[in-house]
Amino acid sequence: MTEQLTIGFLPLADACLPILAHEHGFAEEEGLALSFQRDVSWATVLDRLLYGHTDTAHLVAPLAIAATLGRGRPAQPLAVPFVLGLNGNGITMSTALAGRIAQSGTFEDPRRLGAALANEAAERKSAGAKLRFGVVHRYSSHNYMLRYWLAGCGIRPDEDVEIVTVAPPFVADAYANGEIDGACVGEPWNSLTVERDVARIVLATAQIWRRGVEKVLAVRRPVLDDRRPAFEALIRAMRKAGRHFVDPENWDANAAILARSEYIGGDPALIRRAISDRLVLQSGGDAVHFPDFMFQYSEAANFPWVSQALWLYSQMTRWDRSPFSPEEAAAAAAVFRPEVYRSAMYDTDDPLPGASSKVEGSLAQLTSVGTQQGSITLSPNTFFDGDSFDPEKMEEYLARLP
Amino acid sequence: MRIAIIDESTTRASIIEEGLAQLPDSEIFILTGRQSLISRLEAFAPDVVLIDLGNPSRDVLEEYFAVSRALARPIAMFVDEADDEAIAASIDAGVSAYVVDGLAVHRIRPLLDLAIKRFNAFARLQADLAAAEGKLAERETIDRAKRILMHGKKLSEPEAYAELRRKAMSSGRRIAEIAEAVVTAHDLLGDGT
Repeated sequence: MTEQLTIGFLPLADACLPILAHEHGFAEEEGLALSFQRDVSWATVLDRLLYGHTDTAHLVAPLAIAATLGRGRPAQPLAVPFVLGLNGNGITMSTALAGRIAQSGTFEDPRRLGAALANEAAERKSAGAKLRFGVVHRYSSHNYMLRYWLAGCGIRPDEDVEIVTVAPPFVADAYANGEIDGACVGEPWNSLTVERDVARIVLATAQIWRRGVEKVLAVRRPVLDDRRPAFEALIRAMRKAGRHFVDPENWDANAAILARSEYIGGDPALIRRAISDRLVLQSGGDAVHFPDFMFQYSEAANFPWVSQALWLYSQMTRWDRSPFSPEEAAAAAAVFRPEVYRSAMYDTDDPLPGASSKVEGSLAQLTSVGTQQGSITLSPNTFFDGDSFDPEKMEEYLARLP
Repeated sequence: MRIAIIDESTTRASIIEEGLAQLPDSEIFILTGRQSLISRLEAFAPDVVLIDLGNPSRDVLEEYFAVSRALARPIAMFVDEADDEAIAASIDAGVSAYVVDGLAVHRIRPLLDLAIKRFNAFARLQADLAAAEGKLAERETIDRAKRILMHGKKLSEPEAYAELRRKAMSSGRRIAEIAEAVVTAHDLLGDGT
């Protein structure tokens, strides 16, 4: 029997897995009929999810936790049985600012660029016109990655610069109108700023945290409980879509699908840049290969590690200036549901981690990890400042953050 | 009550404004463009903000509400025990509402009901318009199919139409569908005229 699932999404390259699961028939193979609800703001994606217009949604990971904890609205428990991908975002700077501090012509060194930016930020602050950065949402990985980097370079995000919300499709306009000096956004919207020659890509978020959690598949907890087999089928279909997505043979075809107006819309050539990890950093430049710019499949990338949820919670308390609460931490941890992922992939040939949590940022080299089935070798997952996050010691971590 | 309506569709905004004008003691402010949205909103100091779900500025607006230092900052209305249906109905209609804290529910309810009615009325208008456009396009396809038959089979116009009609009846399809098939076949196989 075919089961229907409606999936909410924003037009971004990392909405690819459910879309490709549908387009290539992987969902159908699993007995699912998927339909999609395209929106233009995370607020609306979340509203539709909570009010039942959609069954599940492509969502910025911190927003799934914020909704569960009741930040900015009454609490509604969400569940994340699948991570749609790691990283895939870029940091851009206006051509003027990049021209002064980003000279390498490739992805910059985050420490060196941060030091130069600190000088610029100080000058602009004393001139009474703080540097202004755009992020896509208050509860987005983009906001947390940008802030992590700025703070790690001695720039206080709420005092020394200004961080504002800009919807991804309008980032290029915001540069053109001189409203922002920098931004952290997903693809293809960085590439669009480059095409319009209003900004340059200076960093990949993967340089800030090599394995940073990005979008997730979010579902209301009661809906997941009620329709568990359908969601496990969706997880399997999206794993198949992931294998298809990372195969270079399929890049052109997948870029063409994602470029259709009912999905992302726009130029397939721009979308292909992100999915091939080959970004053009400045107008007229050559493509620069950055391995794992987007990370949607390998090394059990979609496994919802509880430690990822807790890292996001650590940043939420840090930047909301709210006190650490063990109860809240437990509620945030419970949003990520590795046991659902495991049960979906059990007895397939897909590798499954043995643990549900790990010390984030602790691997500086290839490391084999214990598994329940198959084998997994994790690549380095470091933070740019060399720190690591042990979810068991969150209070110590929070105390030492700048 | 000071009501701000944020809508990129000027037509819909004025339809809603017209509806809300019935409310006593209300001042209505319409914002359609994205340019300096926040500063214009701040200057108006609304008690209620209505914004359509399809508006790309929603996240910007929520961020402003979250960090605003203004005393009376609007917060999003959500389902709670008291007002379950009205909010769900507004989301179904495609409008989200933000209301300053402390504004009595009995004052918001009629406003929300009116807004929902107006949103639904606009949606119906759009559907009618789309249907009318569809009809027009069908008319053109049928005319083209008739011309193809008149030219190809040397028929008069009434004969060509009767031919389409006969085929439609015998195959249980609509005339427009048969016409579409004729046009497509002609485009694929024909001489390009």
